[in-house]
Amino acid sequence: MVGIFQSWNIALSIFNLCLISAVMTMGANIQWGYAGLINFGIMGYTALGGLAAVLISVDPVQEAWRAGGFDILMSLWLIVVMVLVIRFVLKRFEKSKIRTYSIAAIIISGILLIRFSAEPGIEAIEAVDPAKTGFLGGFGLPIIFSWIVGALFAGGLAFIVGKVALGLRADYLAIATLLISEIVIAIIKHEDWLTRGVKNVIGLKRPAPYEVDLQTTDWFIKLVEKFNSGKLSVIENLADRQAALNQLVIEGSSVFVKLCYSGLFLVVVIILLILTQKALYSPWGRMMRAIRDNEEAANAMGKNVVKQHLLIFILGSAIVGIAGAMLVTQDGLFTPGSYRPMRYTFLIWVMVIVGGSGNNFGAILGGFVVWFLWIEAAPISLFLINFFTAGIPETNALKAHLIESVPYFRFLLMGLGLLFIMRYRPKGILPEKIEIK
Amino acid sequence: MDFVNAIILLLNYIFIPALTYGSQLALGAIFVTLIYGILRFANFATGDMMSFGTMMTILFTWYFQSLGVSLGVLPTALLAIPFGIIFMIFYMLLIDKFVFKYYRNQKSPPVQFAMVSIGVMFVTQAVVRIIIGPGDRRFFDGEKFIIKAREFKEMTGLNEGLALKSTQVITIFVTIVLVSLLFWFLNRTKTGKSMKAYSDNEDLALLSGIDPKKIVLVTWVIAGILATIGGALYGLDKSFKPFTYFNNMLPIFAAAIVGGIGNPFGAFLGGYVIAFSEILLTYAYKKFFMYILPESMEPSSLVQLLSTDYKFAVSFSILVIVLIYRPSGIFKGKVL
Repeated sequence: MVGIFQSWNIALSIFNLCLISAVMTMGANIQWGYAGLINFGIMGYTALGGLAAVLISVDPVQEAWRAGGFDILMSLWLIVVMVLVIRFVLKRFEKSKIRTYSIAAIIISGILLIRFSAEPGIEAIEAVDPAKTGFLGGFGLPIIFSWIVGALFAGGLAFIVGKVALGLRADYLAIATLLISEIVIAIIKHEDWLTRGVKNVIGLKRPAPYEVDLQTTDWFIKLVEKFNSGKLSVIENLADRQAALNQLVIEGSSVFVKLCYSGLFLVVVIILLILTQKALYSPWGRMMRAIRDNEEAANAMGKNVVKQHLLIFILGSAIVGIAGAMLVTQDGLFTPGSYRPMRYTFLIWVMVIVGGSGNNFGAILGGFVVWFLWIEAAPISLFLINFFTAGIPETNALKAHLIESVPYFRFLLMGLGLLFIMRYRPKGILPEKIEIK
Repeated sequence: MDFVNAIILLLNYIFIPALTYGSQLALGAIFVTLIYGILRFANFATGDMMSFGTMMTILFTWYFQSLGVSLGVLPTALLAIPFGIIFMIFYMLLIDKFVFKYYRNQKSPPVQFAMVSIGVMFVTQAVVRIIIGPGDRRFFDGEKFIIKAREFKEMTGLNEGLALKSTQVITIFVTIVLVSLLFWFLNRTKTGKSMKAYSDNEDLALLSGIDPKKIVLVTWVIAGILATIGGALYGLDKSFKPFTYFNNMLPIFAAAIVGGIGNPFGAFLGGYVIAFSEILLTYAYKKFFMYILPESMEPSSLVQLLSTDYKFAVSFSILVIVLIYRPSGIFKGKVL
């Protein structure tokens, strides 16, 4: 529809983001719909996925490694040693006040030690050509690998978060995960040696061809010519026809690149959908629902609730991590400053609730509908405002003010949508359906 | 002399700003804690409700300014706050009637309430942005400083200046008055006591003839007062920007939980705990040590424990630690 009204290019980019949103929503849906765990930290896992894309695909900055690589590695070692010592203390000594204090002392002194030992290294790294690099770079591998690594990163974080926070009550868990994700963003934003921070990483490698290359490739030009042969044959003049063809090739190239992405993303969505559907109807899925609906009964039946909660928390977060890596892949840039809880946590939750929690198709539908409305809310409300105020002259202050604030109607739309769904269809558009055989 | 200089330095850069910031957080945290204690949900629309109240105050400030009304040395906004409060309470009651009441009657679990409050958050954000726009607004007028740094230096002959902004004094003063009134109300009046009873045990309170509708109404009224004043004071001291208010929700939550959610006194202190730890941990102590230590031992680095970028992260880490080791907060929550 947008393809006809606006352009195929915009339609495809919306479609791609819909697919990514669908993946994120599936991740959140696994946690909330299957197990009833509330995770407001989606933003953090998305950002970690993005970080994975950077670390995998960017070429290593040799000079920076020479300047400060040793210091960084040393501090990594220190962290490992610290964790091992704490584990040793935890295992070896009985629970007591002294143990708690000594662990706190180890952590604080460890942080101080790391800070002082890493400082020169970090400064040296950030001084290496700060306009272009100023960070360690990555491994220079194809960016597709980062989707898996992103999942690993996010899953790793989820393991830590889950270990500490999953015992909390639902609303405390929501707040704790939200705040932890803010901490993750703060770290990504300000540790310039690792991520370039707010200076952003641009020009990441792509899994799809570049437009510029396509425009000079023979087979692509022929393809465009073939597709538009009807349109082109109308033009008599040879020079005009060539100009028209060139224009079409330029347009076609960006559509083609976007189609490549759509294909890749579709594969991911379909694989995930198959896996999650299988999981939902497997004995494991039944157990998760049992735990969700009655934790105590499931516990009494000998199911390890804590372990299963942790597992599903990791799985869901890992899927969100994949989506984060996909997002950075499609944008080709990593901007830590753009990770905001509104866009990456709450909007995803609107998708889950609207689509239907516990239903994978609902999650995908929610991702599509909500993202489409989020993007198209401004044009739609502009149209509505113009329609209702058609009789009022352009100079009217109220009308001008309303038109100026059109971008913010999307918040209104989302909020009202969420409230109405919660009130009149609390199970979402596609409610959870479990066939009992 | 050096010692006095060091003290003044700390007062100027740590103590006074932290006290102001803490007061603003404390008001918000009491708001969160009241809603949690009596209506039993974590209100994710906190920051945006505060920004709504502030927006109303700003609109009235502009109106008074256009009429030429002012309070002289004091900011006009003080005159506008009561009107802002009325609109805030009206807005909150409207939302309660159309949104929260239904779920209260249904006895929905707290998670559902939290989800609904996210819907309210979206709507409120839209309303604020549509009415006043997303930009940065300053609405302070009147005398800016009570003591200027330079005057202080001349007066005392010290090297370090002590600047005291009038907004800081107003914030601290208003907070003390408001909070004492609130505690008087909660502990001494009949309505306050019935609120406590309702928060402690809903069924018992209902049995002893407490009207739940009245309790809810009074809660929203108090919440409206706290949200508007807290938001307006923050806006006066810094500036008003809807996005900042949304972000402030996070340290406010942290303060409420650290103090023990459901416990207003804990929330009050929690605000200061968060504010002081944020500023103490991110302040560069170099100058302080330069005054205190003999010249030979002067530190070469900034002596900053964490860079200021991690300001928010500090309060969140405190919260996470508290949540893990003492989920009921420092002052044992849920007693109101």
